[in-house]
Amino acid sequence: MFSLIVRRIISALTTLFLISIVAFILIQLPPGDFVDAYASKKSQGGVIITKEQLDAMRIQMGLDKPLYQQYLKWIGGVLRGNLGYSWEYHRPVSEVIGERISITLILAFSTLLFTYVLAISIGIYSAVRQYSIGDHIATVLGYIGLAMPGFLFALILLYLGQKWFGMSVGGLFSPEFVDVPWSWAKFMDMIKHLWVPVLVLGMAGTAFQLRTMRATLLDELNKMYVTAARAGGVPEFRLLMKYPVRMAINPIVATLGWELSKIVSGAPIVGLVLSLPSTGPLFIQALLDQDMYLAGAMILFYCTMVVIGTFISDILLMIIDPRMRFKRSS
Amino acid sequence: MTDDRHININGKKIRRVDIATHWQLMWWQFRKNKMAMISAGILGIFLIISLFAEFIAPYSPGTRNPGYLAAPPMRVHFFDDRGKFHLRPFIYGSVQKRDPVTLRLNYVDDTSKRIPVRVLTRGESYKLWGLFKSDVHLFGVDEGMINLFGTDKLGRDLFTRIMYATRISISVGAIGVIFAFIIGIIMGGIAGYFGGIADELIMRLMEFIRSIPTLPLWMALAAALPRDWPPLRVYLVIIVILSGIGWTTLGRRVRSKLFSLREEDFVLSARLAGCSNARIILRHMLPSFMSYIIVDLTVSFPYIILAETSLSFLGLGLREPVVSWGVLLYAAQNVPALAQMPWLLITGLFVVIAILAFNFMGDGLRDAADPLAK
Repeated sequence: MFSLIVRRIISALTTLFLISIVAFILIQLPPGDFVDAYASKKSQGGVIITKEQLDAMRIQMGLDKPLYQQYLKWIGGVLRGNLGYSWEYHRPVSEVIGERISITLILAFSTLLFTYVLAISIGIYSAVRQYSIGDHIATVLGYIGLAMPGFLFALILLYLGQKWFGMSVGGLFSPEFVDVPWSWAKFMDMIKHLWVPVLVLGMAGTAFQLRTMRATLLDELNKMYVTAARAGGVPEFRLLMKYPVRMAINPIVATLGWELSKIVSGAPIVGLVLSLPSTGPLFIQALLDQDMYLAGAMILFYCTMVVIGTFISDILLMIIDPRMRFKRSS
Repeated sequence: MTDDRHININGKKIRRVDIATHWQLMWWQFRKNKMAMISAGILGIFLIISLFAEFIAPYSPGTRNPGYLAAPPMRVHFFDDRGKFHLRPFIYGSVQKRDPVTLRLNYVDDTSKRIPVRVLTRGESYKLWGLFKSDVHLFGVDEGMINLFGTDKLGRDLFTRIMYATRISISVGAIGVIFAFIIGIIMGGIAGYFGGIADELIMRLMEFIRSIPTLPLWMALAAALPRDWPPLRVYLVIIVILSGIGWTTLGRRVRSKLFSLREEDFVLSARLAGCSNARIILRHMLPSFMSYIIVDLTVSFPYIILAETSLSFLGLGLREPVVSWGVLLYAAQNVPALAQMPWLLITGLFVVIAILAFNFMGDGLRDAADPLAK
């Protein structure tokens, strides 16, 4: 088991290294660099910048060096906790995204929790009471959840909130808490607002995992060992929880990493629609402004979250599935 | 099996199912699934809309109704205000009224003015597929304009724009799926047929692409496109980006199927007969698992459509004057616009219906792909 964990760590680190290269290449892709974007913005404002000034800016920022040197400089800084400088905000990137990252993390993990609690419990219910009214409702809701893009759902909630309650369901804090430092009251206020984005982000994932849970559990319930245990007089609830559910939960846990990846994928767009103080709107703005260090740090952050999620899901799988523990090490 | 009917051959009674081809068996299995059949019908309608958008839409996507800005959907009536029935449906003319409190412009039906809706009427001229000149539209009115789904801020007819957007969005999906199919066949083919280092490298690549959160990646790639490109080029490059990330499912399927078929006798005999590698893969191995590939293609269709919608919604994908579902929803991005023009969300309904239909049809095809399984 230990060697398996070590192998997973090595593969996670390799993936991270590759991702850092991809992130850097992506940032470099837009034609022109930040200096060009800066100059065109300034010239729209009527300020004319000479070519010499632009070149001086480039040298100052190190944009005249070959690409691999820029990459080494960047990644070296990242490893030391220096994510570079955001030219759009005139502050270090780590300062710009600091608080927003914690909000994105809270959002992602609450969504994950919501998804799994709901998917597992409704999945069990749907499988045990197959073709009951509740099962049909869950199936229909599941299909709609899968087919409705998160941002559309967010838009509809926004509209309904506006129409019925005359208030915006967007944002994560009440107005009086927006600019105050963290406190217990602010935290509770956030919890109150959290359900909307969590619902929006978790909907598709819940629908998907629910279907998986229901299907695998149905397969298990028809197996002989269930009949045998029932014939042996095991109480129904204990029988259900102890064997079939434990089997059916494996594929769900195995896809935890992908689930997190999907949540992270959907987060920016939902964050934008619901105007959350998360990393999403910042990321989109950074891409539009070609603020490369900011965008790069963000891509790196998103991917790191997913890699960590996959890693956690591997470890969890080893804990709950003994076959995984003994497969390689024996 | 499904079909127990018999046919007579040379006086012998033979069960039809015993001599049916693989595709016939698939069809029999597929048509048993009602939801899948309904979905196929809905997708057929979408296809017709995208093929004949110019004819079905009463106007062109840029035409404005200057007297009817940001106005709600018009109702089509059969009964007038005195309860009298008219065989030909009609709409009322509308008058602008300013709300004395909010000062917002409202539109009120002018019941004294009935405008009949005409079917197959002449209107704006267009060129169908850039070839056939015509000015016949499915429906229209003689006086003013008919706006079944209301209008946007500039007074453009939402119904017309959704019809044109359906064409763009569906075609993005279709071309994207074709690209993904080609890349998937090539990469999966190399990996599965040759194995070894090529397989190892391609598998790693697929795993890597899978482990990256896709939307941020799409966004970053799309943001890299120059703003001054012509719309057609943006359209094509966006499709290439979407399929460049979306081919992995298909590649994996092709690889695993090729792996299991590689040792079959018919492959060996094809090789002994001197077939080239490409011919063995495309002519001999591919047809034996074509049905699975069709399932995968159907299932990946909605993903590509959704991806394009999301990108355009963010302003990173397609842009005006090209209209896709995402471009239309872009106008409904903020609360004030939504509160003023909730009918803009009708576009969302089209997105959801299309994706649901693709999902259900994919389910039906998946069951049908292996008709002898049960």
